[in-house]
Amino acid sequence: MIDNHSAHDTKVLCLNRPFGVADTLPEKRFDKLEKRFATILTLSGLVVVILLLAIFLSLLLYSMPAIKTFGIAFFMGRTWDAAASQFGALPFLVGTLLTSFLALLISIPFSMSISIFLGEYFREGAFSTFLKSSIEVLAGIPSVIYGLWGLFVLMPVVRYMEVKMGVPPYGVGIFTSSLILAVMIIPFSASIGREVISLVPADLKEAAYSLGATKYEVIKRIIIPYARSGMIAGILLALGRAIGETMAVTMLIGNSNFIPQSIFSPANTMASVIANEFAEATGITAASLIYVGLILFIVTTIVNIVGNWIIKKIGIEASREIG
Amino acid sequence: MEGTILRTEDFSAYYNNNQVLKNITFSTPKNLVTALMGPSGCGKTTLIRCVNRMHELIPDAKVSGKMYLMDKDIYSMEPIVLRRKIGMVFQKPNPFPTMNIYNNVIAGYKLNGIKMPRDNSDAIVEQSLKSAGLWNEVKDFLYRKGTFLSGGQQQRLCIARALAMKPEILLLDEPTSALDPKSTAHIEELIVELKKTQTMLLVTHNIAQAARISDYTAFLYLGELIEFGPTEKMFTVPKDRRTEEYLTGKFG
Amino acid sequence: MERQVQFRLIKNGVFKILVVLLAVICLIPLLLILYYITKNGIAVINWDFFTQLPRPIGESGGGIFNSIIGTIILIILSSIISVPFGIATGIYLSENKEGKLPNTARLCVVVLQGTPSIVLGIIAYIWVVVPFKSFSALSGGIALSIMMLPVIIKTTEETLKLIPYNLKEASLALGVPYYRTILKVILPAGINGILTGFLLSVARITGETAPLLFTAFGNQFMNFNFLKPIDSLPYRIFFYAMSPYPEWHAFAWGASFILVIIVLGFNLIARGISAKWKVQF
Ligand SMILES: Nc1ncnc2c1ncn2[C@@H]1O[C@H](COP(=O)(O)OP(=O)(O)OP(=O)(O)O)[C@@H](O)[C@H]1O
Ligand SMILES: [Mg+2]
Repeated sequence: MIDNHSAHDTKVLCLNRPFGVADTLPEKRFDKLEKRFATILTLSGLVVVILLLAIFLSLLLYSMPAIKTFGIAFFMGRTWDAAASQFGALPFLVGTLLTSFLALLISIPFSMSISIFLGEYFREGAFSTFLKSSIEVLAGIPSVIYGLWGLFVLMPVVRYMEVKMGVPPYGVGIFTSSLILAVMIIPFSASIGREVISLVPADLKEAAYSLGATKYEVIKRIIIPYARSGMIAGILLALGRAIGETMAVTMLIGNSNFIPQSIFSPANTMASVIANEFAEATGITAASLIYVGLILFIVTTIVNIVGNWIIKKIGIEASREIG
Repeated sequence: MEGTILRTEDFSAYYNNNQVLKNITFSTPKNLVTALMGPSGCGKTTLIRCVNRMHELIPDAKVSGKMYLMDKDIYSMEPIVLRRKIGMVFQKPNPFPTMNIYNNVIAGYKLNGIKMPRDNSDAIVEQSLKSAGLWNEVKDFLYRKGTFLSGGQQQRLCIARALAMKPEILLLDEPTSALDPKSTAHIEELIVELKKTQTMLLVTHNIAQAARISDYTAFLYLGELIEFGPTEKMFTVPKDRRTEEYLTGKFG
Repeated sequence: MERQVQFRLIKNGVFKILVVLLAVICLIPLLLILYYITKNGIAVINWDFFTQLPRPIGESGGGIFNSIIGTIILIILSSIISVPFGIATGIYLSENKEGKLPNTARLCVVVLQGTPSIVLGIIAYIWVVVPFKSFSALSGGIALSIMMLPVIIKTTEETLKLIPYNLKEASLALGVPYYRTILKVILPAGINGILTGFLLSVARITGETAPLLFTAFGNQFMNFNFLKPIDSLPYRIFFYAMSPYPEWHAFAWGASFILVIIVLGFNLIARGISAKWKVQF
């Protein structure tokens, strides 16, 4: 980094010479490094953009054979038969929609409760810390372990239930997957919900309390309306996760390529059919699976952009109220 | 005056084409304290930052006119080289939180990649801390983080850091405004002591402070240099009505 | 009047009970999962489990040594790829708050963060497996590194943004070049946040299975060749869980126990670092 001679010159330089050390430094070399550093930073900013474009284009390119053969009708086709080279993705679209929305439906009361619990009832204290940490642990458990647990603990319970209800006792299927998915997405909507609830201005709440409102009324009349768009964003982002969630669903949905007849039927989602079949797929089968992946990518991208856009807007609004 | 360190000629500065300094011409004599005074927003900080070209960090900041350090044109030097010749002390003490006291003092060398023998850096650290009047207080824990010091001690550490580079001129932008009265007094004493060997340009809001420790005073008002001269003279017989009004507390 | 107030209070109480009840119910699956993993996991864990390779079905004993080593190799590989890019991009974004490129890059980070891991598996398959004509550790590392990237970028950016501007000024005023200011003053001041982000990203990928299914694949033998398939804990769990053999199911529980400990461990260390190594400004 530094010239050799400066090492033993410095004593004299620093203590006696009128111009201090400034002149001894190799500033020209710094200049070059400075430019290189700026270039590297800008390039690394570009890298993420290029990476995302490359992901999109690679998916598009490698699904081209399927896009050319089946076009948009791909999503209307009800048969997925590799032996006959017949590919229609409707069963997986239905499977994905059913599992994710069912999971969302199941999770909403719970995630809302946790949001309200942590955002309003118990903002501090040992119990809320405990609940918060537990939710984080829940979010940290790997998907494959949810699958394992679902397979060996939850599945027999569901099967028993199905026998009692008189439906075909597969055990695995949309319902089982949705249950596990619901547990998996609760942490996401809950943490976003908690944050937006804590953004509700205190004076707004205090005004209502001072008018004699009960906590329930404040939550219903002030907090929920105020935090509504943020909670919707949280639910949207949770939906994005549910749509793309793979392992647990793959292990629990029953791997069936037919349109599900009921919520207890085995099925496949877009993600699970890729997980189940891609490793052995070649030719048009692989292209069709990548086509499914492309759609999965586009859908989750849109859901994420909209969700984050809402959250950003709220953040800006909140900071405007404070500032 | 015996020798000039810093000299400006018709110097102006602009933010987004808004002129905030208007044709400033003045000079700082060697080994004396020159104070910059004036009401809030008159451009003191801007002027002092133009001296070591720190204003260039702000996009859309422009300057015109001339400024010389030891008769060398500041604006034709490399900013990096220039800044090593000029020390700066900020309003809020800002020691490096990741470094211990020792390394904070020689940060100018360390961060610039200058390696030197241990006794050499020991000497610089000791001398700089002594000059900053901090040696006795910290000599026993030089290897502890600088952020545990009191505000006043931190500010003196920052002065030591600047002094270690043997600057031609030391710029101080309201160095005591974030400190308590006792620390303020301490720093003022220090500045008077440093005068023997160090040229300083001091921005201050505090009229009494300027009177106590400066030799020359420049009075800025709305970006204009209204009056510049020996402090004693300006405080006893101000030439301009606005200077008089400021000194008697009519505004600012 | 009295009765109306009473009714409101009752509604208030019922709602509170409902909220607390539903919130607490969420803890049940967590407790059940942890309970079963611990119970079934500890039952199979012994010294051999850590140090032996898997045995064919029918032979008893054996372990998951190759999966543990494979997971470690995959973590190292993906960190080597993602950490330099992630930190550099994080610096870029924290230094450029406005502008077309920074804002586009930020949007891309958000999208990457939400991209399903199975899609990244396809990408690594297309980019690495297809040209090299083999499943490989490298392809798995690439897939995982794309998953780490957004986490590292976001935490680096957020951390560096919080560092007081006057530190940068102090350094620049000493004549320190911009790049050295960033590398020697700003980065060290934010090191705890960056480390936290890194550990969180490692925690995120350690349990990932989907992107490995057709990239790193799996390997019942020990492998140190980057261009050959490699095993990993989550893959082994999946493989054993989906098998018809009860012995293997038991092994899946054992591997899960180890995986959960590792993942939660990373999370805990990450929090510890962010609390302990906090730089005092
Ligand atoms: N970054 C900036 N962009 C635009 N205008 C600025 C900027 N910084 C300062 N100004 C303007 O320049 C003028 C001079 O500001 P400056 O900070 O130099 O004043 P000052 O004399 O140091 O004030 P104070 O005593 O309050 O510190 C002010 O009108 C201010 O609004
Ligand atoms: Mg100022």
